Amino acid sequence: MISFKNPKTATIDEMAATARRMRAKLVEMSHRAGTAHLASSLSCVDIVVAAYYSALRIDPRDPWAADRDRFILSKGHAATTLYAALAFRSFFPEALLDTYAEAGGCLSEHPGPRCVPGIEAATGSLGHGLPIGLGMAIAARIQQRDYRVIVLLSDGECNEGSVWEAAMFAPAQRLENLVAIVDYNKWQATDRSEQVMALAPLAAKWQAFGWSTYELDGHDLPALCSALQNTPDGSGKPVCIIAHTVKGRGVSFMEDDNNWHYRVPKAEEVAAARRELGQTTDDAKTKGHSRP
Amino acid sequence: MRNAFAQQITALAEQDERIVLLSGDIGNRLFDDYKARASGRFLNCGVAEANMIGMAAGMASCGLRPVTYTITPFTTTRCLEQIRVDLCYQHLPVVVVGVGAGLSYASLGATHHSCEDIALLRSLPNMTVVCPGDAWEVRAALQAAIEHDGPVYLRLGKKGEALVHDRLPEFELGKGIVIREGHDACLVSTGNMLPAAIETAEKLQADGVSTRVISMHTVKPLDERLIADAFARFRVVATIEEHSLIGGLSGAVSEWLADRGGQRARLLRFGTSDCFLHESGEQEYARERFGLTAHHMASEIQAVLGAGRKLEHHWAA
Repeated sequence: MISFKNPKTATIDEMAATARRMRAKLVEMSHRAGTAHLASSLSCVDIVVAAYYSALRIDPRDPWAADRDRFILSKGHAATTLYAALAFRSFFPEALLDTYAEAGGCLSEHPGPRCVPGIEAATGSLGHGLPIGLGMAIAARIQQRDYRVIVLLSDGECNEGSVWEAAMFAPAQRLENLVAIVDYNKWQATDRSEQVMALAPLAAKWQAFGWSTYELDGHDLPALCSALQNTPDGSGKPVCIIAHTVKGRGVSFMEDDNNWHYRVPKAEEVAAARRELGQTTDDAKTKGHSRP
Repeated sequence: MRNAFAQQITALAEQDERIVLLSGDIGNRLFDDYKARASGRFLNCGVAEANMIGMAAGMASCGLRPVTYTITPFTTTRCLEQIRVDLCYQHLPVVVVGVGAGLSYASLGATHHSCEDIALLRSLPNMTVVCPGDAWEVRAALQAAIEHDGPVYLRLGKKGEALVHDRLPEFELGKGIVIREGHDACLVSTGNMLPAAIETAEKLQADGVSTRVISMHTVKPLDERLIADAFARFRVVATIEEHSLIGGLSGAVSEWLADRGGQRARLLRFGTSDCFLHESGEQEYARERFGLTAHHMASEIQAVLGAGRKLEHHWAA
């Protein structure tokens, strides 16, 4: 039924290099635009790279093909990660990333409805992505199409009741083509997620709701690729992947420091981050530099 | 209205494979025929309205035409965020159907009353707000709503309301229907108050006041041409709705009026007060409490017309 092959067969090494380049880009974008949520964006880079480079059956030349797999960034505050992935995968020119959050631009701090090709849902208010993805997964059944829907949530987002409404509904519908990934970095905006709401045991909760559940290291690209490629998993249930992650991953001085939920990196911090990420060519676009 | 909706959605879904009906665990047996004729396109979404609206958005983005159905406050105020973000912001063709508009379910208590929904949904960009006046208008409105390329809120009464039309009326979203003509007063009614508006007009007519009645089934977008005509030609224009006087049809007309100014007609507004109803009682009782009876409305209109006549007489002298 799929009218195009998975156009991406990147190796793990290629994906790791892409993830490093993406993280450097996100740090730059946050700096240039002066926007928050950098640590949340860094947290889910490996998940998004694994999805866009090993699992999603999508075609940048035909971004709205009826049989495409759908990816929804339900944690819309990590918009820069999604924008970078779509740009890296040629859904739109990479130069557009430099207009992120600019006045009059099309890349807002949270993704607007189809603001660029590849944006499947407008997110930013938490708890919306899973119900929307669920609707898309049911639409595939009604329209007899063979696509999957992957929804990426944050652990803080699991505070929202609508997540659990959807979590109860999907197994009742025996939706095999729906995948929820929780970017479980143990932080929400202002506190440890476990101290705000009794989230743990998170995998057991999803399992109890009727999902086929996997727990893995959310920065382990081979594990992520294998889990995503293995959906549907034959269980007859929707799949939930609990991805244990580190907020701010990839930049030592941001890792697991929740100040970076809101903090914006200074120019010297951008340079330090780029060095750590092995982005040695000096093309950092920091404030004060001329625009390309 | 409820049964007309069930019959019409069944007929439409049989012809249009894009239609999917999502119910919030209500309508026991109501949709048996639908389920038989549109198998696989009915979902009992449980008592989880936020998820229901979100799912409808996802389906609409894939080319389906979802219609959600549950009791009015639960499909409006309960999940307003999902309507705002998932449907309106994304501009998706979903028909949100609320049954039990206004005071239809008065006896169930204020949890089940819905006198704020028009105000809330009318303020959302891209949303069309439709309140049919009888079962025939329900059928026509549902068809128009499904064909409309954007979200539509369809506000139904309950079952067994009086019929006003005797066949499917000429119907266009945003175009009010003149039910009867007159030249002294103009009653602009929306939704399930239409039979009461007609009764009011009959009482006025008996007292020699010639009265036009409009079924303003679409509150947003407002039929400004018809409103302008009413304010230009009548001495009194009265809005009638089973909804709060804050932000509903009367709010829409008042906004229009504020932007124009200098209109000849006096505006009278009939609706529910800014309070919850704490007493038990059926819809008729609740309407009486808020002065939404033909007797009360006719006498209020008479009083204004009478005062106007005296004033004109005074000026003439």
